[in-house]
Amino acid sequence: MIQSLIKKEFLLEFRQKSTIGGVLVYVIGTIFVSALCFKGRLDKPTWNALFWVISLFTSVTISGKSFLKETGGQALFNYLHYSARDFIVAKIAYNMVFMLFLSLMTFFFYGFFIKDEVENLALFLLILLLASSGLAGILSLMSAIASKANGNFAIMSILSFPVLMPLILVVIRLSKQAVDGIEWAGVSYDLLAVLAALNVLTLALSFLLFPYLWRD
Amino acid sequence: MIKKHWYKITAVLLILYTLVWGLLNRVPRLDILNETIRNVYYHVPIWFAMLFMMTVSMIHSIQSLSKNSVKHDTKAYNAAVVGFFFSIPGLTTGSFWAKYTWGTWWTFQDPKLNGVAISILIYLAYFILRASIDDELKKARIAAVYNIFAYVMMNVFIMILPRLTDSLHPGNGGNPAFSKYDLNDAMRFVFYPAVIGWVLMSYWLFQIKNRISELNELYHE
Repeated sequence: MIQSLIKKEFLLEFRQKSTIGGVLVYVIGTIFVSALCFKGRLDKPTWNALFWVISLFTSVTISGKSFLKETGGQALFNYLHYSARDFIVAKIAYNMVFMLFLSLMTFFFYGFFIKDEVENLALFLLILLLASSGLAGILSLMSAIASKANGNFAIMSILSFPVLMPLILVVIRLSKQAVDGIEWAGVSYDLLAVLAALNVLTLALSFLLFPYLWRD
Repeated sequence: MIKKHWYKITAVLLILYTLVWGLLNRVPRLDILNETIRNVYYHVPIWFAMLFMMTVSMIHSIQSLSKNSVKHDTKAYNAAVVGFFFSIPGLTTGSFWAKYTWGTWWTFQDPKLNGVAISILIYLAYFILRASIDDELKKARIAAVYNIFAYVMMNVFIMILPRLTDSLHPGNGGNPAFSKYDLNDAMRFVFYPAVIGWVLMSYWLFQIKNRISELNELYHE
């Protein structure tokens, strides 16, 4: 059941190519504007912070729509055919893949237009993976809440930004280490553990809480 | 009657006692802290009261989900309002203390201060979310889900993160905790009653808020 739901999400996404295209244009546009504004005068901490601010805003904007199309007749159909837990697991899994793709794209274009400052690439990619799965978990639930609360965009960002802050702060601190090229022995594994724990925590909470959002 | 009101009387007596004796008793002479150490009796218990109220709010949210009741949701909201209210004196006393010890009203260097700012945003978001849904039952469910999620995230922020990074607060990031060097017995005799007093006081305010919302409901019916 979960596989078919995930497949459905991907099919929907690829059928409407405008969404993926839109996302790419959004990311490139944002990065290009930042590149023009900063003109390469970026030191490492600023590079790091700007990267995550761009990722944060892109992912909130993009995943805001993740539940918005599930309204009206579509919502009723989902409600009758799927179990709530299958549905949220599929949603999060799909969003994780999508977010990872998105952040890789952001990283690529950011490196292309501005510059690539990362010295410990493996660590940075690991952080990117954990950050995008954490973002996907939190934002899927927030998007579900926002879609129930009359689904306007303002609500989505009001709800998401404060609860995303712990994740983002941990991620920024860790990725600073990757950017500075700290060796694996010197990486703060405490923060890495917190990041992983945040992922698990978000997944567990979404799994527990989503069924209550489900019925209307 | 005394059965119903004992905790209110205790709260008032304890707070009065800590207000007076907190200023009069002998405190250890410490560098930088000096007399401001007495703020331990006011600043810390007020934050305890806020955390207590947020926990009460979260528990009521869980009950609201499991029993599908609007009443518990109203209580969760009331507790969140009272907790939010306590964050104001908590911030003010903290800000004054920071001015006289760290030399600034507010600093972004400290993860606890950031955590508090974010917690305030989280609960503002909770209030806005509640205000944006009209249907009572729907509001109860959705607000409860957000409240539980937000409570967990807030705790990650103010309990776990400060312990991992540098903080100016005692007990975090390598700074010794109060109990280690200066919360001596004389201070304990004021500090613990102050905690109990403020927690009971917050509970009293919570009950008053509950009665107001019950009356409002009766009035609107």
